[in-house]
Amino acid sequence: MEQQTYSRRSFLNKLWLLLSTLALAEIIALIIAFFRPRKSKAAIAGQDTIIEAGRVDSFEPGSVSAFVRGKFYLARLEDGGFLAMSRTCTHLSCTVPWVSGENKFICPCHSSEFDLRGDVLKAPAPRALDLYAVSIENDRVRVDTGKLIKRSGFSADQAVYPKIT
Amino acid sequence: MEQYDQRKYFRNLLLHFRPSEVPERTLRLSLTWGLGGIATVLVFLLISTGLLLKFAYEPSPLGAYSSIQYLERQIPFGQLLRNIHRWSGNCLVFLSFLHLLRVFYSGAHFSPRQWNWVIGLGLFAAVVLSNFTGYLLPWDQIAYWAITISTSMLDYLPGLGPGIKQWILGGAEPGPATLLNFYALHTAILPAILIFVLPFHFWRIRKANGLVVPRSPEEEAATKVKMVNTMPHLIVREVTTAVVLIAALLVFSMLVNAPLTEQANPGLSPNPTKAPWYFMGLQELLMHFHPVFSVFVIPLTLTAVMIAVPFIDRDSTASGIWFRSRKGRKMALIAAVVAIAMTVGGVLLNEYLVAADAAGPPNVMNNGLLPFAAILVFCGGFYATLKSVFKANQTETIQALFTLLVISFIALTTIGVWFRGPGMQLMWAG
Repeated sequence: MEQQTYSRRSFLNKLWLLLSTLALAEIIALIIAFFRPRKSKAAIAGQDTIIEAGRVDSFEPGSVSAFVRGKFYLARLEDGGFLAMSRTCTHLSCTVPWVSGENKFICPCHSSEFDLRGDVLKAPAPRALDLYAVSIENDRVRVDTGKLIKRSGFSADQAVYPKIT
Repeated sequence: MEQYDQRKYFRNLLLHFRPSEVPERTLRLSLTWGLGGIATVLVFLLISTGLLLKFAYEPSPLGAYSSIQYLERQIPFGQLLRNIHRWSGNCLVFLSFLHLLRVFYSGAHFSPRQWNWVIGLGLFAAVVLSNFTGYLLPWDQIAYWAITISTSMLDYLPGLGPGIKQWILGGAEPGPATLLNFYALHTAILPAILIFVLPFHFWRIRKANGLVVPRSPEEEAATKVKMVNTMPHLIVREVTTAVVLIAALLVFSMLVNAPLTEQANPGLSPNPTKAPWYFMGLQELLMHFHPVFSVFVIPLTLTAVMIAVPFIDRDSTASGIWFRSRKGRKMALIAAVVAIAMTVGGVLLNEYLVAADAAGPPNVMNNGLLPFAAILVFCGGFYATLKSVFKANQTETIQALFTLLVISFIALTTIGVWFRGPGMQLMWAG
C-alpha cells in the first residue's frame, strides 16, 4: 500500500519536472527567436538591390570607382573585365579606401593591402575582398548588392566581360 | 535620548553587511589598497550618474550624437555628469583589474576563497562588458569603429562566431538594432547583474571569516588574531577612501572632458582605428597571429588558466603572504622582466623581420600553430627552469608563470595604446 502511494507521488513529481523543463525550453526558444537578427527594412519592402553602375566605356581599364549608395567598389581590370567588391575589409570590417597613387586598397585599421582584383597583398587580412555579382546588359553595368560572395582569392572566372559587338 | 537611538539604527544598517568585529591586521592599507571598496564606490557613482544620463540620452543612430551634444552644451552640469560617468567607468575597469592582481599576489584566492575568485572573475567580465556596451552609445567615430572591429573579431570564432556577431549587432553591421541592443544591455541587464552578484561577492568574504590576514614571509599563520570593532575602525577608513576618491574624480572631471569625435560615418574608417583600450592587447595579438589563434585559442586558454588557478594551485599555506615567500618575490620579478623583454622583442622581431618579408594572407600553420606551440614550449621551459634553479615549490612557480602571462598581456596592451600610430605602424610616442 505504502509502496503504491510513493510511486504515484514520484510519478507526479517526475511529470512536474518534465513539464517545467518543457516550459523552460519554450521560454528559451522564445527569447532566442525574439533576438533573431531583424530583417532590414529594405528587404521587407522588397526593395531592389540591383544598382545601375553606368555605361561600360565610362570605366577606364585599370581603374576603381566607389559607389557610396551600394557600399561597393567597381574595378575594371587591365583586360577590360569588371569586378564589384565590397568595401569592407575581410580582416575586421573596416571600410577600405582605394589609394589611387599606390594603385591598391589600404586598410587604415591594421594596414592590410589589396590589389586591383581584391587579392591580399599584405596580411593580416585572411581573404580577398568579398564580391557582388556583376551583369552587363546593353553596354550597362549592373551590380546586385543583395548577396555577398566570399572567396579566398582572385580567379579568372570572377571577372565579367562586356560582349564584343 | 531619541537622537542616540537614531544613530544606533544607522549604525546597524552600516553593519548589516559585515561582522561587528574584524581582524585588526586586515585594516592595513598595504593589504587591500582599498581597491575592492573603491570599485564598489565607483559602481555606485556609475549607477547614479547613469540614471541621470538616461534622461538625456536618445538610443537611435539619428538622435544619439545630437543628444550627447545637447547634454554637453545645454543641460546644466551635463558635460560634468558625462565626464564623471566616463572616467569612473574607465577607473572601474582598471582598478578591478588591480584588485584581481592584489587578491592573487596576497594569496587571497586559496581555499576557502576559491569560489569567490571565480565570482570575482565573472564580475570583472560584467564590468568590461558594461564599459564596452557603453562605449558605442555616443555614436561618434571612435565609438562606431571600435565596436565594428571588436565585434568583427567574433567572426573568427569557429562555428558559432558569425552567428553570435549577427545576434549582438542585430544585423550585418552596426546600426539601429545594435544601438538598441547595447543600450538595453548597458542600462538594464548588466547593472542588474552587478547589483545582484556584488552582494554575493561580499557575502562570500563573511563566509570566509573576513579578508585574508596578512603576514610577513617568516611568520606562522596565527591561530588567534586580534579583533577590533568594525565601527568605527573599518567604517571610518571606508568612508575616508570613498570621500577622497569622489573628490579626486570630481576634480579630474572638471579638468578633462570625455572624448567626443565627429558623428559616426560608416563610409570612413579613421586612421588609426583602435579598439577600447582594454581590448588593445587583443588587437595587438591580431597583428601577429592568425585570427583563429589571436581571437579564439589564446584568449580562451588565458581565461581557462585564470579560472583554474586556485584549483590547480591548492597549497594554501602561503595565503596572506605577499608573493608567497621571499623566493617567490624574486621569481615574480624575474618573470616580469622576462615577460617585458620577450613581448617587446617578439613584437619588434615580427614587425621588422618576419612580417616585412611575408606577402599574402596569413596561414594557420606559420602564423598560428607554430608560434603558439613555440610560446607553450617557452612557458613550459620557463616553468621547469625556474623551478629547478630556485628549488621552488609549486605555488611559487605557478605564481611566476601567472606573472609571465599577466605582464605580457599588460605589455601588449601598452604597445597597442601608446606605440601604434597611423596605419597601426609602430612609433615612439602616443
